[in-house]
Amino acid sequence: MAKMHITTTINGEPTEFLCDPQQSMLDVLRDNLGLTGSKEGCGSGDCGACSITLDGRLVCACLMLAPEAEGKKIETVEGIAKGDQLHPLQKKFVEFAALQCGICTPGVLVAAKALLEKNNNPTETEVRFWLAGNLCRCTGYDKIIRAVMDVAADMRGAAR
Amino acid sequence: MSTGKYKWIGTRVDRPDGADKVTGRARFGADFNMPGQLIGRVLRSPHAHAIIKSVDTSAAEKLPGVKAVVTAKDLPEQPNVIVPAGEMQVNLRDITRNILAREKVLFEGHPIAAVAATTDAIAKQAVELIKVEYEVLPHVIDVTEAMKPGAPVLHDHLITEGVKPAPTKASNIAKRMDNTKGDFEAGLKQAEIVVEREYTTQAVHQGYIEPHATLASAAEDGQVQLWSTTQGHFQVRGFVSRLLGIETSQIRVTPSEIGGGFGGKTVVYLEPIAVRLSQKSGKPVKMVMTREEVFRASGPAPGGTVRVKLGAKKDGTIVAAECEIALQAGAFPGSPLGPACWTSFACYDIPNIKVVGFDVVSNRPKVAAYRAPGAPISAWGVESTLDVLALELGMDPIDLRLKNAAKKGTKTSYGPTFDTIGFVETLEAVKKSAHYKTPPKPGYARGVAAGFWFNVGADSSAASHVAEDGTVTVISGNPDIGGSRASLALMAAEELGVDYSKVRPIIADTSSIGFNFVTGGSRVTFATGLAVVNSVRDMIRELKVRAAKTWGVDPDAVIWEDGVAKPAGSNVGEFEPLTLSQLAATAGKTGGPINGHAQLNAQGAGPGFGVHVVDLKVDRDTGCVHIDRYTAAQDVGTAIHPSYVEGQIQGGAVQGIGWALNEEYIYNAKGRLDNAGFLDYRMPVASDLPMIDALVVEVPNPHHPYGVRGVGEVPIVPPLAAVGNAVARSINIRMTDLPLSPPRLSAAIDAATPKMAAE
Repeated sequence: MAKMHITTTINGEPTEFLCDPQQSMLDVLRDNLGLTGSKEGCGSGDCGACSITLDGRLVCACLMLAPEAEGKKIETVEGIAKGDQLHPLQKKFVEFAALQCGICTPGVLVAAKALLEKNNNPTETEVRFWLAGNLCRCTGYDKIIRAVMDVAADMRGAAR
Repeated sequence: MSTGKYKWIGTRVDRPDGADKVTGRARFGADFNMPGQLIGRVLRSPHAHAIIKSVDTSAAEKLPGVKAVVTAKDLPEQPNVIVPAGEMQVNLRDITRNILAREKVLFEGHPIAAVAATTDAIAKQAVELIKVEYEVLPHVIDVTEAMKPGAPVLHDHLITEGVKPAPTKASNIAKRMDNTKGDFEAGLKQAEIVVEREYTTQAVHQGYIEPHATLASAAEDGQVQLWSTTQGHFQVRGFVSRLLGIETSQIRVTPSEIGGGFGGKTVVYLEPIAVRLSQKSGKPVKMVMTREEVFRASGPAPGGTVRVKLGAKKDGTIVAAECEIALQAGAFPGSPLGPACWTSFACYDIPNIKVVGFDVVSNRPKVAAYRAPGAPISAWGVESTLDVLALELGMDPIDLRLKNAAKKGTKTSYGPTFDTIGFVETLEAVKKSAHYKTPPKPGYARGVAAGFWFNVGADSSAASHVAEDGTVTVISGNPDIGGSRASLALMAAEELGVDYSKVRPIIADTSSIGFNFVTGGSRVTFATGLAVVNSVRDMIRELKVRAAKTWGVDPDAVIWEDGVAKPAGSNVGEFEPLTLSQLAATAGKTGGPINGHAQLNAQGAGPGFGVHVVDLKVDRDTGCVHIDRYTAAQDVGTAIHPSYVEGQIQGGAVQGIGWALNEEYIYNAKGRLDNAGFLDYRMPVASDLPMIDALVVEVPNPHHPYGVRGVGEVPIVPPLAAVGNAVARSINIRMTDLPLSPPRLSAAIDAATPKMAAE
């Protein structure tokens, strides 16, 4: 089958790629574009390790067909830091030891950033339910939840 | 927390690999690629038990894009020899059959053949073109069924070990293990109260989020390079060498970052296949498992049955204890039976103990290590039965455990006598905790349980190098699975007396540092930490020689203090202290590069003890459990990096909660796994849980310069019974079969509720 030519924007960069019609966005990111920050933990949308945003909406890249990227804006973990500056969530995750092995971390960060962009004053329960689609097997989630809550508090402090 | 005795140890520094891991830069197993690589895929058995009558790969070989196909014929036969693998042992004859089936397939998902092709799509298509003729045999999944006479026998050669006289007929019972202290029967006669219960647990998976992945490149001259996600790249090298007949030094294995392992990545599945495919095709071969493959064909932890009998005096003193355990080994012998038996009563000073264990094969994937292998299963039985005893005696569960707690000088049932341990301190810390002093919220019930793990030492190598500018590289060989780079660098900085930021830890490949046993058994911060400390001491010895040369004095007249060389006393002479950077700058004139090395077999890993407390309620309509509060206390020796110590405790506790509440391998009548995915194999998610309060107790291990004990394994041991005990106190039903999932709990509640009058 002929490849499809897709024009999209990834982490602010105009990007073109060729893909098979049935290829997932995750495979294109990882295999065609070399953006291996998004991870495949299950390939069935259950673990969240491949979380990206599509026009600001949080999605699992493994459940998205690559041709759906046409004309859209995609953000991945590689786009979270700006230049040599880590995003506050990235800094806080390191400071709070909110990662152990680090395989779920890219997806958790993308999801947490999407949450804080919608709601910078989430309750613990809201953070827990928002991140319920991101499996972490190392941390028991405690330090992840604390890090996200703390960044939210910092954001509110900075906004005042 | 640490007492101010140290400058760096006990501080919460940023981990050295932090920035890489929050930006997506860190390279995990599936992130490695080589130019011209092929993709490998595996053909797996659809049957739980069958004779392989023939394998025809001709159609697959002819498919354009297919560059190599391998079957068991491509791996040499192996002797019946047992070698260590992680915390477990494996038989070479069995492991080669686990990697590629020979005479029979023994579980659904058992690999039969593999192909390497130019694309993943072609590889998948080729796998489907391989024709296998099977003679399907009756299968057996359940461990109790597998032990019965007349059960389908997996291995015609399997004669039960540890039984005298040796049986003459093959069975599925691979081994019987007996472990005694004192005289159980005599002890039981002194008892004023006897309680006995039987329990079951189901197989569970480690659930690491990163599937197994490897990239192999075999060159024409016989050299092999491998990139692999593993807890032990030296083990990968060793297995590939043995299983393929390649000299060990011809193989270089580079560990990727590892996306969780918990014991499950201490053995090999893909690596020998990938190397053989690479040898046959002349191209690099990459292989990555799907999640389904991970569930069906990597090594879960066993399920099993546990019977526990306790005899006690009315004051709570336990005078006799018995435990009988049967564990699923999976398709080949080798469940963690020893640890399950030895840990069963290790928390307690009981004069008369009898433990009997059985290692049983059945048509399931061969089990692998999972965090404190075997211990959670026996603890589920022992700690639940202790709770029955506490309730019958009307005693506080902590007081009952304090009354019988093991201490320094307690002789274990498995041989050793404990040195300094912190079980009493841990129980007392819980008793004094805000959680324990506050009653559960209305509607909630509280459960308590304890747990033990030996912790492991074993082989480690390390090196320390002073760079030209006086900064330091510390080289070790254990994959960093949860922050060990930070703990190693902290110990090196402390020892050397320099800033943590001046010490860069790296993890070297198998050709760049001496042998290191796996990252497992909670051994890295202890044993590899000791190797790092010794390598720094070796480097300091050299630094003192260089300072002595500079000053024209004897090396014994130089001391190393706060990161500088100083004269040992005023009689040596008046010299300004020499810093690392000064000594590094003049190294060329004083004898060349300044390095230190160490290699050791670490002895004296201090055992660890944990005590967990949980407040929960059971929804009587749905059977769902809601956890309100959880405290996990543990003696960690010394918390080198407190955040990562807490993280180990929290993560282990939550894995144990999953084991208690939801996780299980579910088989259908055909012996096929029905829930090989994260949707149906239900691991805890963030919304299932409260914060996990880690209560860190520090009773230093006398056998480590900084008092380190292993931390990672203990916390998965108590939660099964802690949760079960809370459930029992909540609904007044002693649940004995895990998991305590909603269907099981609501069925038990319904069965116990008097039927409504016929309305």
